[in-house]
Amino acid sequence: MNATRFVVKPLLFIACLGPAIYLGVGAFGLWGVSLGADPVHTMLHSCGNWALKFLLITLCMTPLRDVTHQLLWLRLRRMLGLFAFFYAVLHLTVYIVLDQSGHLSAVWQDIVKRPYITIGMLALILLIPLAATSTAAMQRRLGRRWTRLHRLIYPIAVLGVWHYWWGVKKDIREPLLFAGVLAVLLGYRLYRRYQISAHAPRVTAQEKLS
Amino acid sequence: MRTKLPSSANIAPSEITPEDKFLSRRALLAGGLGMGVGSYLGFNGRAWAEDAGAPLTYTRNAEYSVTDAPNSFKDISTYNNYYEFGTDKSDPSEHAQKFRARPWSVTIDGECEVKGTFDLEDILKPHPLQERIYRMRCVEAWSMVVPWVGFPLADLLKRFKPTANAKYVKFFTLLDLKQMPGENTSVLDWPYTEGLRLDEAMHPLTLMTVGLYGKVLPNQNGAPLRLIVPWKYGFKGIKAINHIKFVEAMPQTTWAKSAPDEYGFYANVNPAVDHPRWSQATERRIGASLFDQRRPTLPFNGYGNEVASLYSGMNLKKFF
Repeated sequence: MNATRFVVKPLLFIACLGPAIYLGVGAFGLWGVSLGADPVHTMLHSCGNWALKFLLITLCMTPLRDVTHQLLWLRLRRMLGLFAFFYAVLHLTVYIVLDQSGHLSAVWQDIVKRPYITIGMLALILLIPLAATSTAAMQRRLGRRWTRLHRLIYPIAVLGVWHYWWGVKKDIREPLLFAGVLAVLLGYRLYRRYQISAHAPRVTAQEKLS
Repeated sequence: MRTKLPSSANIAPSEITPEDKFLSRRALLAGGLGMGVGSYLGFNGRAWAEDAGAPLTYTRNAEYSVTDAPNSFKDISTYNNYYEFGTDKSDPSEHAQKFRARPWSVTIDGECEVKGTFDLEDILKPHPLQERIYRMRCVEAWSMVVPWVGFPLADLLKRFKPTANAKYVKFFTLLDLKQMPGENTSVLDWPYTEGLRLDEAMHPLTLMTVGLYGKVLPNQNGAPLRLIVPWKYGFKGIKAINHIKFVEAMPQTTWAKSAPDEYGFYANVNPAVDHPRWSQATERRIGASLFDQRRPTLPFNGYGNEVASLYSGMNLKKFF
């Protein structure tokens, strides 16, 4: 218990911050770190990519608990989910401030006119209530509604991967990989739901799935 | 089969005024571009037969050069699209180093009187080289400013005497699955092909390009022979050309084939016609200050005075 709190979580926290630190250092060209000829694109793409990776990693925690019978995974889930939110917000910030040079009217035009940006924005907006209700106190207060609310993570992940897929010019191999992993993770949940309702009809699927 | 080209009276590189050369070099050096001094030493003649990085002899064409600050050699040579070597912008510079751009031959055929397969040296020999600083606008909405070295494509095409049936020119990139790893993937149809209407090909701005920053073109930038059409999106600038064909019908081009609703044959830079998925109204200038990279995109990439008349009466929203 204490090992998780005082060792595992702080180490994980620092590791999760790694990509952001790297991008920050590279943006200023410190210690010989370079983000290449187009640092804005590197930052934009990298933050979006990490937001998606953290979403998928967060979705791995429940299956990992089931497979390993360790509750540790669920204790890491909130931090991982919050890092997904953190990188998504960074992604949006780089997009507005650097990619669009702060031209808010151009940003708004993009959001309403470009479907891939619309759904990316939607995914980020949907993440806000999840981040806001991520505390233990909120979890207690909302009770079962918390579980239901946080199931939003599934459509958010779909929208996020879709956003990536749609934005890519031609080479869709990486979005395809993300979509494949997401399909497995969502498929696992469907499988569990089916399994539970087939073999233990009295336990509600909602409780098991949380 | 290699054919000997008919020789023609052309200005030998040695006849180019050394003073011009000197001045142009001075201007570039004054611009802080940090170039080598090799070509001060009067290196002359067969530079085009050399490997990437060998100094070229050329004059600077100020009339066809923009005054924007050029991007660094490093930016230009490490950040570009060249899917034959991978789809990341850094892939070409990482994977093209072993590419053999020499010896090289170019086949010229189709609707023309002089046909055959020619050594690169025969292709290039009659043409004095010029440096032109062009804007480069990628269809992905970023841009650079590049000091290319080359000669007007028109001068090359005329030597092959296109017939009255020649309405378009089609270009092909080398197909070599061993040397170009990207050609083993199905991300595009290989070999890469591009095309121009004959009047576009003959336009004085259209540059057959062999050099960058005064030196032989790096492999990753399309050595040994590439096209630069500065008023069109960058993907029209086909690289590693080994076949030029005069044709009567509009040729199929790689990106237009790959996604016809997103990329057209003309691909003229046009802020008023968006890509279906992103805006073309503005572009990000690579190398500019991080917080101030967005700038408006100009019609025909700023070359409207020179080329707009080629398209008078055409609906450019339809023929994008």
